[in-house]
Amino acid sequence: MEILRSQRKTSSTDVVPTLPLYRSAPPLEVRLEDFEIFAIDRLRVLKGISDGLSRGKKPEEMEKLTSDLWKAHMRHQNASEVINKDIISHFVLRLVYCRTEELRKWFLQMETALFRYRFRQESLESQRALMGEFDLPCKQVSHPEFEVLKEKLGQLLRSIGQLSPNAADTIFFKVPFEEVPDLVSTRRVLIVKGFAYVAMNQVVSLLVTQFRSLLSKALVLTNRKWTSTISVQEKDRLTPIVEALSTSYLGPDYSQPKEALEISIKDIDQVANASFPLCMRHLFEKLREEHHLKHGGRMQLGLFLKGVGLKLDDALAFWKAEFSQKVGAERFDKEYAYSVRHNYGKEGKRTDYTPYSCQKIILSTPGGGDHHGCPYRHFSEENLRAALGKMGVGGRAVEDVMDKVRNRHYQLALLQRQPKDPSIKEPYCNMKNDYCKLLQGDSVVLEGLRLAIILEG
Amino acid sequence: MTKDKAEGGGDDMLLDGCEFEQRQRNAVPEGFNSNYLKLYYGKLFPHIDIYKWMSYGNDGKHPSCDPSYFGRREFSFTLENDIYLRFQSFNSTAELENSIKDKCPFKIDIGPVYSVDPSKRHAYAQSGDNVFTPMERELIFDIDITDYDDVRYCCSGADVCLDCWPLMTIAIKVIDTALRDDFGFNNILWVYSGRRGVHCWVCDGRARRLTNEQRAAIAEYFHVYRGNENSHKKVSFQGPLHPFLVRSYNEVLETFFEEKLLCGQQLFATEERFEKILNMIPEQSIASELWGKWQETRRSSTSKEDINIVRWKQLKRLLQSGKQKGLRKCVEEIIFTYAYPRIDMEVSKHMNHLLKAPFCVHPKTGRVCVPIDPSHCEDFDPTTVPTLSTLLEELNMCGSEVEIDNELDRTSLGQSIKFFRSSFLQPLLKSCKEDMESSYNAKIQQSKNSLSW
Repeated sequence: MEILRSQRKTSSTDVVPTLPLYRSAPPLEVRLEDFEIFAIDRLRVLKGISDGLSRGKKPEEMEKLTSDLWKAHMRHQNASEVINKDIISHFVLRLVYCRTEELRKWFLQMETALFRYRFRQESLESQRALMGEFDLPCKQVSHPEFEVLKEKLGQLLRSIGQLSPNAADTIFFKVPFEEVPDLVSTRRVLIVKGFAYVAMNQVVSLLVTQFRSLLSKALVLTNRKWTSTISVQEKDRLTPIVEALSTSYLGPDYSQPKEALEISIKDIDQVANASFPLCMRHLFEKLREEHHLKHGGRMQLGLFLKGVGLKLDDALAFWKAEFSQKVGAERFDKEYAYSVRHNYGKEGKRTDYTPYSCQKIILSTPGGGDHHGCPYRHFSEENLRAALGKMGVGGRAVEDVMDKVRNRHYQLALLQRQPKDPSIKEPYCNMKNDYCKLLQGDSVVLEGLRLAIILEG
Repeated sequence: MTKDKAEGGGDDMLLDGCEFEQRQRNAVPEGFNSNYLKLYYGKLFPHIDIYKWMSYGNDGKHPSCDPSYFGRREFSFTLENDIYLRFQSFNSTAELENSIKDKCPFKIDIGPVYSVDPSKRHAYAQSGDNVFTPMERELIFDIDITDYDDVRYCCSGADVCLDCWPLMTIAIKVIDTALRDDFGFNNILWVYSGRRGVHCWVCDGRARRLTNEQRAAIAEYFHVYRGNENSHKKVSFQGPLHPFLVRSYNEVLETFFEEKLLCGQQLFATEERFEKILNMIPEQSIASELWGKWQETRRSSTSKEDINIVRWKQLKRLLQSGKQKGLRKCVEEIIFTYAYPRIDMEVSKHMNHLLKAPFCVHPKTGRVCVPIDPSHCEDFDPTTVPTLSTLLEELNMCGSEVEIDNELDRTSLGQSIKFFRSSFLQPLLKSCKEDMESSYNAKIQQSKNSLSW
């Protein structure tokens, strides 16, 4: 099995990639004002992307949006300075967003999205040049090999809705399947003897994976350097700017809730009825009905209850009260109590698990006998309407919800039913911050929605 | 020697007569308990084969061998009183064997190979850099027939019979072919789970080194059936099918559906059953037409053909002659719904998921988890798999008549173990050795190159 590395184009071709890969901090001199200004401009672009994704924009729209945002904010009087602004602003934001796990996650997602949409707009030659930069373990499929696989490649192209089903029009690259997990999982590539045959326009996926992985590692290193040396060295110069940038500006709001939320066993039915999102209500009702839930349901509901403030002792009592009606108190203690305690970080690795995000719930795969997952995604139209009806949602509201579901905006469908105060335009959270945390703002959910859209196909 | 003789008295029959009578005397009542298990672990369980397998060649003398490898593998034992021992590890066959014989576990699970000996994990947990982490783990699949309960009518719950077992045969064929032809894996072991399903262990080095993300990708690649009682249509194709699905359909699903499942499950025999299928047809008029037609012909009039086949043909004809493309794919959607493999996604996605070891005995059925030959899986019969008590009976048989060195060979387990060794273990160890040698040579070459400027 040979893995050929694509040639590094040392002799410069006519095409200079305009898309930097940010592999190393440039030895440039930056004026202090520019330091801040460039960063803010880039942040506007990233925030714009974040907003676009949360509104469920399609890839073509995102491409255009990205291009507009870039033109609007990332210009420079001297044309030659444009690329410097690009690079500098990226590295400054790295300092700003490397400091916590959540900041890193958001930055990684936005920069990766930015890279993906910019890449798509590059010319073919430029794209090929960039591929060369990445040192990917892939090579172009030779003509004889192509002839052998032509029929299957044609089938593959039709199955992914490629407009010109003529395989001959498409250049394919051969790469070990491990390199393109997202294409494998969605069956968007032909896989033969361990190699995935990737169409040129899917190469983006390959590069994006590499880009994300490089940036992710770099952020962790940057964080280490920041905490160990830079923040102290720069305490009079850069540090105040970096800190101001991260708090004063946008990005998701991950501040801790001011009041700790608490919920007790006696309130639980009432609160469930009034305020639980549909997925949790469904699980809750099934639990009351059947006095049992399978593993997926226990995890999804259990962690949610923890997240909204159900204490461990109350949780144990709650689950025991239900389960003992089906399996007996002794069996509960033996088989189920451990995992309740585990969720609260009292057993095993002692990780304090957080409730599942909408993304995770939407992407889960409930099977026979399961009741977890996202009803907006996993229920049939009929069952969803019935469930909404039971909650007293009627008429117009139901249609709005169904419309969102049809367009696969599951999370928006959920929020659709929430608003009680018409003056509030933003999705309304009626269970304080912890509930909102589930609807973890912007970026994280979008990725989930987009993936859900792809997987659905 | 023989008091009650069977019919016939030839010399050949002498042996049979003896066997029969010995069998009576040595009859071991059906059951599952620690006494039986002690004997099983003492005389039949293939400790050394498990050790050799799990060592992946590292138990040799080659300079590439990693002597710590086997010791970093997690085993877990479930003991008699539901006591659960995790993170067990051993450094040799002897340690493994002694622990099993001593503790007599009702179930043995195998976990991943960790970065350090799992029994020493606490020493590393403090450093917070995830030093105790899975390094290698076979790619595994778990298929349980209860996941098909909505499409099988012959049994429910824990039961399994020859009418629904073809679902497992289909699963093995579809997935095994894909693992070999698509993903390029070679060292694949299929095992009967002991009651109502099958497990698959993919042991190539490349498979063992897959990350969680890559495992999830492969699981998703196989994922077609989505949903539970809350969603109506579980299989919905948007357009032309991916080549993998086309091949599975043409080579396995269609034939098995039409030749085994249609009649085996009586899919159209009752209103309740055919209603389920009619509900999958998006075109209301066709569904109603068939509904009406079938209400009338309750008992098939003159046709000798099975009613399920007749109705399926009628349905197919209507759907495939239609002008709308959406209808033609409905036939495929129905077949996929009733036949396509349903794997347990969570089992495959995570490196640290434990899976029952082959050759364990299932506590509820007493059956041994024997390997299944994927190229002859249609011949596998779960109802004839040797049970613990049968094996012990066979062990008890008189030894003086028949000269067999190996106790194992006296029993029906001998066949399974032979198969395990010749079809799986030996080829696996051979390729491990080759990999070790080639990577070692490559390293030598590299260091030579770096020296010679």
